[in-house]
Amino acid sequence: MATKSLKARHNRLAENNTQLDILNGGVFADGELPYFKDKIENIGKFPLRPKKLEILQINVGYMCNQVCAHCHVDAGPDRKEIMTRETMRQCLEVIKNTGAHTLDLTGGAPEMNPDFRWFVEEAAQAGIEDFIIRSNLTIIRANKKYYDLPEFFKKHNVHVISSMPHYTRGKTDKQRGNGVFDKSITALQDLNAVGYGMPDSSLRLDLVYNPSGAYLPGNQTAMERDFKKALIEDFDIRFHNLFAITNLPIARFLDYLIASENYEDYMYALVEAYNPAAVENLMCTNTISVGWDGWLYDCDFNQMLDLKVASKVKHIKDYNEDVLNDRNIVVSQHCYGCTAGAGSSCQGSVTE
Amino acid sequence: MANNYYDAADLRKFGKITEWSEELGEKFFDYYGKVFEEGALSAREKSLIALAVSHVVKCPYCIDAYTKDGLEKGITKEEMMEAVHAGAAIESGATLVHGVQMMNKYNKLSM
Ligand code: SF4
Ligand code: SF4
Repeated sequence: MATKSLKARHNRLAENNTQLDILNGGVFADGELPYFKDKIENIGKFPLRPKKLEILQINVGYMCNQVCAHCHVDAGPDRKEIMTRETMRQCLEVIKNTGAHTLDLTGGAPEMNPDFRWFVEEAAQAGIEDFIIRSNLTIIRANKKYYDLPEFFKKHNVHVISSMPHYTRGKTDKQRGNGVFDKSITALQDLNAVGYGMPDSSLRLDLVYNPSGAYLPGNQTAMERDFKKALIEDFDIRFHNLFAITNLPIARFLDYLIASENYEDYMYALVEAYNPAAVENLMCTNTISVGWDGWLYDCDFNQMLDLKVASKVKHIKDYNEDVLNDRNIVVSQHCYGCTAGAGSSCQGSVTE
Repeated sequence: MANNYYDAADLRKFGKITEWSEELGEKFFDYYGKVFEEGALSAREKSLIALAVSHVVKCPYCIDAYTKDGLEKGITKEEMMEAVHAGAAIESGATLVHGVQMMNKYNKLSM
């Protein structure tokens, strides 16, 4: 398993344009598979337009203590892109004035940003209904300075969403690195110990499941049932919901698909599983994603492909919700990942 | 025309069998879809049965399809291999149990 990002390895896929060329070429350019744009045009949904803004997702940096094989961010310890306090201040201004009810902090490992705690403390006072922090779990056990994170999360009543590839050690470690499973289990126990994830607790703890390979996630309800049963029986761990998320063919997952000669089959599988009912609730229709340097995107995936919003307002410092809401969402072939099966978003399936 | 009997890419074209007989094809896929829904047995259990049977009937398409289906359902490789052994045990048992017929016949024909 690689221990460096594509960027540090000077892999050609570290270039957004190379990724976009691959996504738009081959099976799509030769007409074997239909373009996403044409697919949604058939149901009168192109150009895709935003609805009311509900979620502000902020990526505070690509630095991470892990180098997961499927990471669409291409995050890792070698990534230096980190949001500055100045950009955070611009975000806070927006958080205070936005109509969004959910704030979603992501990364990398957001906790590795040196201003993370300051930012959380400030943002927690803005009266946002649902304040989410995406934690990869192992960071809580990575170093003593992070051991109190469960208490810190509790103090600010944030909603923790954590990635957990599988309830077995083998699968988890294969996707995320050796030792990740054991550390994740301990971190979940630490979160449970302060009250997170308990059935009647208001301290929300949800898990995210991504397939560890070139296949789609199964039924979210069935997966949640299996995860709950195994985690309670084996480790006495509790959590609220499981979100099953499809891996999008971007960055390291795209690299894996190509290297393992699964790329074409995977794209066929995504197109085959295209579900028009999922288009209605695509996360880009109610979300704005802010990059570490303040640029604005329709979603975290578009951020990684450097597809900025198609609006006059492109940066958090010029933020204007009305202007932004009057834009067309930028789509490409990776969007099939969000419309496959029950649909996929940062909060799991978008249809029943 | 391809010169080999099996082509992995043909699995994608399975749905096309309805083109030459829409009614029967659709009836088959309706039935097939219903069989694998959650029921008295979970979809997970049915997937493992399908995987075992795929090996017994030696269908490479079904083996590919149900390995992938198992992965999608979070089934582990140990569970998958146990299912294959269950299929293999029945299959070899079914061969061996015919040995009784052979023994009967042998005994009948022998003085
Ligand atoms: S998937 Fe998450 S935990 Fe893994 S490398 Fe990427 S950002 Fe880090
Ligand atoms: S990747 Fe998904 S969320 Fe992003 S623009 Fe495409 S459909 Fe929307």
